[in-house]
Amino acid sequence: MSTKMVKFIISRQDNPETAPYLEEFEIPHRPNMNVISALMEIRRNPVNAKGEATTPVTWEMGCLEEVCGACSMVINGKPRQSCTALVDQLEQPIRLEPMKTFPVVRDLAIDRSRMFDALKRVKAWIPIDGTYDLGPGPRMPETKRQWAYELSKCMTCGVCLEACPNVNTNSDFIGPAPLSQVRLFNAHPTGEMNKEERLNAIMDDGGLAECGNSQNCVQSCPKGIPLTTSIAALNRDTSFQAFKNFFGSDR
Amino acid sequence: MAGSRDFINRRIHSLLGVIPIGIFLVQHLVVNHFATRDAEAFNKAAHFMESLPFRIFLETFVIYLPILFHAVYGLYITFQAKNNVTRYGYFRNMMFLVQRVTGVITLIFIAWHVWETRVQAAFGQEVNFDMMADILSSPFMVAFYLVGVLSAVFHFANGLWSFFVSWGLTVSPRSQKISTYVTMGVFVALAIVSVRTIFAFI
Ligand code: HEM
Ligand code: SF4
Ligand code: FES
Repeated sequence: MSTKMVKFIISRQDNPETAPYLEEFEIPHRPNMNVISALMEIRRNPVNAKGEATTPVTWEMGCLEEVCGACSMVINGKPRQSCTALVDQLEQPIRLEPMKTFPVVRDLAIDRSRMFDALKRVKAWIPIDGTYDLGPGPRMPETKRQWAYELSKCMTCGVCLEACPNVNTNSDFIGPAPLSQVRLFNAHPTGEMNKEERLNAIMDDGGLAECGNSQNCVQSCPKGIPLTTSIAALNRDTSFQAFKNFFGSDR
Repeated sequence: MAGSRDFINRRIHSLLGVIPIGIFLVQHLVVNHFATRDAEAFNKAAHFMESLPFRIFLETFVIYLPILFHAVYGLYITFQAKNNVTRYGYFRNMMFLVQRVTGVITLIFIAWHVWETRVQAAFGQEVNFDMMADILSSPFMVAFYLVGVLSAVFHFANGLWSFFVSWGLTVSPRSQKISTYVTMGVFVALAIVSVRTIFAFI
């Protein structure tokens, strides 16, 4: 058997402060391999295309089935999950870069803390704790549950932030993902009880208003989450909320 | 409060783009269209607009201040974005870029246009058909006016699309798609009106 080789050009960076550089790798092809199995091969035998010994490439991963979002990186120019990026479906050489919208920790590993901070900021949870048993909450219609399930698929992968022209170092925009989560939790019959808090949170600086409708997010989301529909729906909700805040309301 | 400074500024920016600036733009283009009839019709229409009562207040509060706010905040928004159409060549992303480019062109055009007409009028020149015919006697100015006016018209039409999203009027993908067709229809209609007007002076 002739050994077919797969060529990679990987953007590497030794630590958050140093400059990035490119390094090429050639690794033996195996059937059905994905970008992660290729990176594992490099880790097993860290030799670059020139035959020089090098450090293994660092990346993150978790579920290996596109539900955790940890393995996101820019593959041939598009941000996506490396665990579901099949080598045979990619044009070679395969270019791997970190999602530079986020701070690079090392090589392809990035720090997505800002997304989790944003989820805290917009109160993307349902408060149910009390000093006594509050009993069951209101029921959710099955059709609505099915609809909300689609929004709940978000894995905080960061692809939508990477694709958004308004998420960058000039702006404090939290990005599409946490906004859509506000819509999810506001749609929940119990979560709805804290709807105003969440709406007010996204009306703060760096929130909903920073969206400029490039709609790259909805084109890029690997989970097919209707991000721009969520954003437009929240625009509607905050229009009403702003009037209520300003003029007061009898609820 | 009703929201943070960013939120309110952004909503004011959006509102002003349509009311009053957009409405003024349409009115301005329609009145100027009298030029396609003859010089006298244009002069009469222009004179009527000039003789509106409280003109300086109307101009200040309906035109100058709103455009100033929209333009300054628009530039801030424009330079905040890191455009990425080469990586993400989707239709809406291109419109996002074009919205910003046409905004900047419109700003340059409006500054020049106001200088050449309204400021000169303040210095005692009369704004009439001959003044515009004189300006448009240079082929360069014809090109400049075509680019400037078409930019403004495109910016308004596409801005109308995003205005509907910004206020939550068009939410579903289908409504946003229909809105794309409608607002591009607005662009074509206003483009015809304005190009016809420009050529009426030549
Ligand atoms: C004829 C004058 C103008 C009209 C009629 C106009 C109209 C509009 C409208 C209706 C919008 C949509 C608002 C929204 O997204 O909700 C808009 C957006 C915008 N305008 Fe203008 N505009 C004018 C001049 C300018 C100027 C001089 C600039 C300065 C560069 C500018 C920059 C922008 C920008 C950057 C946006 C996008 C805002 C966003 O997507 O969030 N515009 N404009
Ligand atoms: S909305 Fe989609 S692209 Fe954005 S973080 Fe969630 S799963 Fe990723
Ligand atoms: S490893 Fe979890 S999404 Fe790829």
